[in-house]
Amino acid sequence: MKYIDGFRNPLAAKKIIERIEVLANLLKASGRKVSIMEVCGTHTMAIARFGIRNILPENIDLISGPGCPVCVTEAGYIDAAINLAKAGAVIVTFGDMINVPGSDESLAQCRANGALIEVVYSPSAAIKLARQFPEKNVVFLAVGFETTTAPMPAVIQIAEGEGIRNLSLLTAFKLVPPALKALMTDPELKIDSFLCPAHVSAIIGADAYKPFTGKEGVPCVVAGFEPLDILMAIDGILNQLVRNEASVENQYNRVVKPEGNLKAQALMDEYLQPVDARWRGLGLLPLSGLGLKNEFERFDAEKKHGITVKKGKEPSGCLCGEVIKGKSKPTSCPLFARGCTPDHAVGPCMVSSEGSCAAYYKYSL
Amino acid sequence: MKAELTIQLAHGGGGRLSRDLIQSEIVSRFGNGPLEGLPDAATIPWHCDKLLFTTDSYVVQPIEFPGGNIGDLAVHGTVNDLCVCGGRPKWLSVGLILEEGLPLATLRKVLDSMKKAAADCGITVVTGDTKVVGAGQSDGLYINTSGIAEAIKGFSLSPARITKGDDVIVSGNLADHGFAVLAARKNINISSALKSDTAPVHRLVQALEPFAGEIKFMRDPTRGGLSAVLNEIVENRNINIQLNETDIPFSTCVKALSETLGIDPLHVASEGRIVLICSSQVTDQILHTWKSMPEGFGAQSIGVVDSGKGRVTIKTITGGIRIVDVPRGELLPRIC
Amino acid sequence: MCLAVPMKLIEIRGDGTGVAEMDGAQSEVNLTLLEKPAKGDYVIIHAGFAIERLDEKEANARIALFQEIADNETP
Repeated sequence: MKYIDGFRNPLAAKKIIERIEVLANLLKASGRKVSIMEVCGTHTMAIARFGIRNILPENIDLISGPGCPVCVTEAGYIDAAINLAKAGAVIVTFGDMINVPGSDESLAQCRANGALIEVVYSPSAAIKLARQFPEKNVVFLAVGFETTTAPMPAVIQIAEGEGIRNLSLLTAFKLVPPALKALMTDPELKIDSFLCPAHVSAIIGADAYKPFTGKEGVPCVVAGFEPLDILMAIDGILNQLVRNEASVENQYNRVVKPEGNLKAQALMDEYLQPVDARWRGLGLLPLSGLGLKNEFERFDAEKKHGITVKKGKEPSGCLCGEVIKGKSKPTSCPLFARGCTPDHAVGPCMVSSEGSCAAYYKYSL
Repeated sequence: MKAELTIQLAHGGGGRLSRDLIQSEIVSRFGNGPLEGLPDAATIPWHCDKLLFTTDSYVVQPIEFPGGNIGDLAVHGTVNDLCVCGGRPKWLSVGLILEEGLPLATLRKVLDSMKKAAADCGITVVTGDTKVVGAGQSDGLYINTSGIAEAIKGFSLSPARITKGDDVIVSGNLADHGFAVLAARKNINISSALKSDTAPVHRLVQALEPFAGEIKFMRDPTRGGLSAVLNEIVENRNINIQLNETDIPFSTCVKALSETLGIDPLHVASEGRIVLICSSQVTDQILHTWKSMPEGFGAQSIGVVDSGKGRVTIKTITGGIRIVDVPRGELLPRIC
Repeated sequence: MCLAVPMKLIEIRGDGTGVAEMDGAQSEVNLTLLEKPAKGDYVIIHAGFAIERLDEKEANARIALFQEIADNETP
């Protein structure tokens, strides 16, 4: 735990919070209220888990962004997976997706009715399952941002190498920079800074945030997920704001390089291509996702099974879309903690363990 | 028996094969005492004022896991339920549901573990039953055990007695069992040095006799882990429980698995631990007593009871405070 | 969105996979995304894949910085 415990030093946390208070007071003196968007859901979770929101000065507001793949995946995607399961396919998924409501039911409910739905920790397990069920179609629910997308070419390589023909991917890969662009250009949203994701940045590199900085931009600070990393990043953001700067600062340089992981990027370029993607809350964003290139369409579940993922039915009254954009706090949703709880979730932000609503519900006082 | 190395439907059919199985596997292990002669009901002596009675069913997958198997788990689980209610375990019933095709060697291993566990806990198997179901109708082997204990004098355990100022103590590292079983499951691709903590707590409870009156609550934090136990206590009461994150004992391996799989260890089961709430006057004595015992050397005081709105909170390492929520139920590894 | 932990590579196999370890938890990991992985490297594991190396020098420097912050008297 050396490389975990070292980033959880309680005394250092206390001292950094004191520094943040000093900077916050400087900003307050000039009448500034600061909104920092933590783009990534894992940051949202860490902030909640370590109780960071309630130790920050009151003029510093953390708002949760669109960085939870479960939350931004539309109901229609779940419907498509359920239809494949009902047609006899083995569905392989990360645990995160299992309770997300589709238009009518979730994968967990579908599993209870006898469908073969396997929860895995790694996409490599999809290969094992394809070998285990040679007579069945095995469909991997390929969701995620750049971090989770990066391993997929390797999985396809293995399937190609072994001549596995019964495995396909139902892709809903999403890209972070296009989402940031959409948020930056939304006139209704006022974001003073981005707390940039740790492991997405490991793939795409810290330089990927340069377009969002400079004269028209905001401070973009890349941070790890440990509590001290997050506090130091907030300190860094406030420092930039005090000095009226807006640059990329990489506070996770033990993992993130300016250019990112070039080998991973090359593999993704080989197998995947940018596609328009629909985001819950943000709508259709051009070239904001990745799909399989045409020469690999035999691994594309939509093409292989002749289906298309539709929009699906979103639950009425649910403000997830607004929450994902950071326009509404989870607590402003009329369903929050009333009709919608982690056990009986209406919207995806309550389902996903890193969803803003779940984080607020589970961890706030 | 050479051709019968797996369980067949006929082993549960009441005929010759059934009789052979009971004689060779059950009576040979548990046949002394009230089970002798296989009466339809056990006749047991009863000398005390109050009895405690409990039942539990065991369906753990995989059947064998690092540190134990479904057999010792089925004994410890029921023994521990009796103990944390202030009982001295005496009698046990065992119901076995076997799946056709179960290797006999597995059954033997499980029964050996049960025998050893029962002897260690001082509990006697007095009655039982065996059924066989067709292949595919169960998951290898299920066990139900029911237990009877004599009440230990001096305990008057009731969550209603818990008040502001009481201390919360655990008897050792938490969540080893749940993570050991999870890591042993297929599709996870993670192995660990971690062993299940499945163990009886009867000695820990019996050592508390001198302070029995000051102890208000005991529970073994199995399914749902520490958070489920504590949330149940505060629910609809005007008390809060405040935990201190740095005081809660977890092995480094549990911490590592929890980080890797994204599972909160406060939600994960232990099978040989006690969560205890007592008046603060006896906290040090209890810790001293437990720490001198092999099964209690990791004991820690982890939090206090305060007045409040029925919440369990935790002070995190950053000094922030958050709610400890009730687990949803199914522990799933997550990538997010 | 991307839970990942630092683990140490303790075994490298010829087929692009290896074994990574942290405090007794071992995980079979895929190393395809790394240039020349070596035994003893610390790597960041996400969903069974090593997505990047952990630069030990930078990590230790950061831990030292936090220690220094912790040790400093409050101004």
